[in-house]
Amino acid sequence: MKTLPLLASAFTAVSLSLVSAVAPAADAKAIKIGVFEPLTGANGAGGAEEVDGIKLANKLYPEVLGAKVELVIVDNKSDKVEAANAATVLTQREKVNAVLGSWGSSLSMAGGPIFAEARIPAVAVSATNPMVTRGNDWYFRVCFLDPFQGTVGATYAFNALKARKVAIIREISNDYSVGLAKFFVDEFVKLTGDPKSVVATSDYNTGDQDFTAQLTNIKKFEPDAIFAPGNYTESALIVKQARALGIKAPFLGGDTWDMEEFLQVGGAAVEGVVISTFFANDVPINKTSEAFLKAYRDEYRKEPSAFSALGYDGYLVILDAIRRANSAEPQKIREALTQTRDFEGSAGSITINAERNADKAAVLKTVKGGKFVFLTTVKPQ
Amino acid sequence: MTEAGNLAGLREAAPSQAELDRRDTEKSQKIDVSVFSVSGSISMDLQTFLQQFVNALSLGSLYALIAIGYTMVYGILRLINFAHGDIFMIGGYLAFYGVGIFAMPWWLSACLAIALTTVFGVGLERAAYRPLRDSPRISIMISAIGASFLIENLAIVLFDARPKAFPVPGLFAANHVVGGIHVASVSLIIPLVTAVLLAILLWIVHRTRTGMAMRAVSTDIEAARLMAVDVDRIVSVTFAIGSALAAIGGILFALKYPRLEPLMGIMPGMKCFIAAVVGGIGSIGGAVLGGLLLGLIELMTIAFLPELTGYKDAFAFILLIAVLLFKPTGLLGRNQGEKV
Repeated sequence: MKTLPLLASAFTAVSLSLVSAVAPAADAKAIKIGVFEPLTGANGAGGAEEVDGIKLANKLYPEVLGAKVELVIVDNKSDKVEAANAATVLTQREKVNAVLGSWGSSLSMAGGPIFAEARIPAVAVSATNPMVTRGNDWYFRVCFLDPFQGTVGATYAFNALKARKVAIIREISNDYSVGLAKFFVDEFVKLTGDPKSVVATSDYNTGDQDFTAQLTNIKKFEPDAIFAPGNYTESALIVKQARALGIKAPFLGGDTWDMEEFLQVGGAAVEGVVISTFFANDVPINKTSEAFLKAYRDEYRKEPSAFSALGYDGYLVILDAIRRANSAEPQKIREALTQTRDFEGSAGSITINAERNADKAAVLKTVKGGKFVFLTTVKPQ
Repeated sequence: MTEAGNLAGLREAAPSQAELDRRDTEKSQKIDVSVFSVSGSISMDLQTFLQQFVNALSLGSLYALIAIGYTMVYGILRLINFAHGDIFMIGGYLAFYGVGIFAMPWWLSACLAIALTTVFGVGLERAAYRPLRDSPRISIMISAIGASFLIENLAIVLFDARPKAFPVPGLFAANHVVGGIHVASVSLIIPLVTAVLLAILLWIVHRTRTGMAMRAVSTDIEAARLMAVDVDRIVSVTFAIGSALAAIGGILFALKYPRLEPLMGIMPGMKCFIAAVVGGIGSIGGAVLGGLLLGLIELMTIAFLPELTGYKDAFAFILLIAVLLFKPTGLLGRNQGEKV
């Protein structure tokens, strides 16, 4: 009787290995695009948003150069070590032609050297830290960068909120958060001309849930505004706990807050927070955007986030490169990607510059009545 | 204001003279205030300290509640139930589904969640631990680790990995301000619940026949069995109490931090295990002391050494190592000697 479960598990293991051995051979001619995203862990929802957009694009445009495009989705588990493993799976075992992802600059940076070594081009969907593409000839991106995003946030705090003293809360284990906070601080200090205008800086770890100690420290300094770039659920809890502690200063955040979960967890407490992000779903900016909004709403019966739009754009940019290269060879896809000019994406026009980054405008949104509402657009200079 | 580039244009504008004057006056006013309000600043600091203390007390009582479950199971079976943190997570999710899907009132949903989690905990003992009770201790420990992974991954499949927002009833969300200290209702309720449950638990253990049997089993399983104690029943009761406490902890945790995810039990589980060891594993009072101490150390690290915030979890582990090195039985633990 006791051997039964053992036998059953051995059988499952054998049948699983059979499946994985047979499946790739059947689609030998398909063009494979690796989707390198966190589907579990702290960033799971963000990764899922991007995958939604990528899948939608794949459904609408399933072929290029007469070959079927197959998505190979791997979970990097919101963990830098797991991300390196997932990247190796894509390059070594699956031998993909190109890679999309990942949500989270840290995760992209963990995969970067592996893609470069395997000479497979990767297109980051929403990773905004400059280090993702710097010095890595194989990494591209379809979103703006944090130095620009930091400037947008600081300018808004200084001009629109008339803030002269700000506090910063960083997710210390997240390169994105630390980097964006630095760019914000640099710009804000430049605007006020006073290095002491940043009155407090507090840190937390990914996955933390209690921020009362940090917030109590910040409260002493009575800042005019608080900039807290970081993961969406932690950030929602931060704003919630800040309001419970009687902190009334407005909160500013970055693109990572642009998530349904942020609104759900934050509830009434996040009303009025202002974020900089890539895309607003209440104002279509071009034809691709209109088509994307319609297809997304039909497919998923909900409102798309910026990450789904960027995932959709990332997929189309790779397809466009394959078409122009007239080849699915990774080396040729890379060459074609560098030539991307004025590609009309659903989240705005994409031109890949010499640093393999996209020059794009930022959108400011605020939370009103439990929803993100478009505030304004800020173009890069 | 929807015109593109408006903000970028504004950025170029240097602060006007009036603006600069305003800033100067502000500065000088600030100086005046700081000169004349020395006593004010001291009371302000005391207030900050009290606020931090209240924050820590609330977090610590939550840890204490979960640590009791670890300590009880260890006391009876000498087993560290690694799945305890996952039982805690199950409690939170069940309460969420009761309110979210079946639209029950929160108190009914909470009671049902506690009951179902208790059944789950007892079932886990039957399935994963009882068959191994006579095996070497390492086997049952490995089984516990396996059970923990199984529950976590099942939860990812069943509940979805995307975090869910826990609906907090108004009663718990309300905010109170006492002498400038802000406390959410739930932060007051947690220490109260912990205290009441601790009292009930101590009463069960020291004043009832079942409690007497529990103490007997804890001292020596075989001798207790010879004295006609139904060991299986006592172990089940222990798991039932431990799981019910974990479920209550999970629900309170979700009320305080309204975010549910399948892996939410890992870190609190780890920390409460540390709390149980620090307090003296096997001792209920020790678990409470350890939990409070851990909450205090965690928040005071952030409060007084803000630059070390990134290492706050490391402090919990350093505390564990220090206690194991210098007082392996924990603060309130007795030396029981290794049983053969």
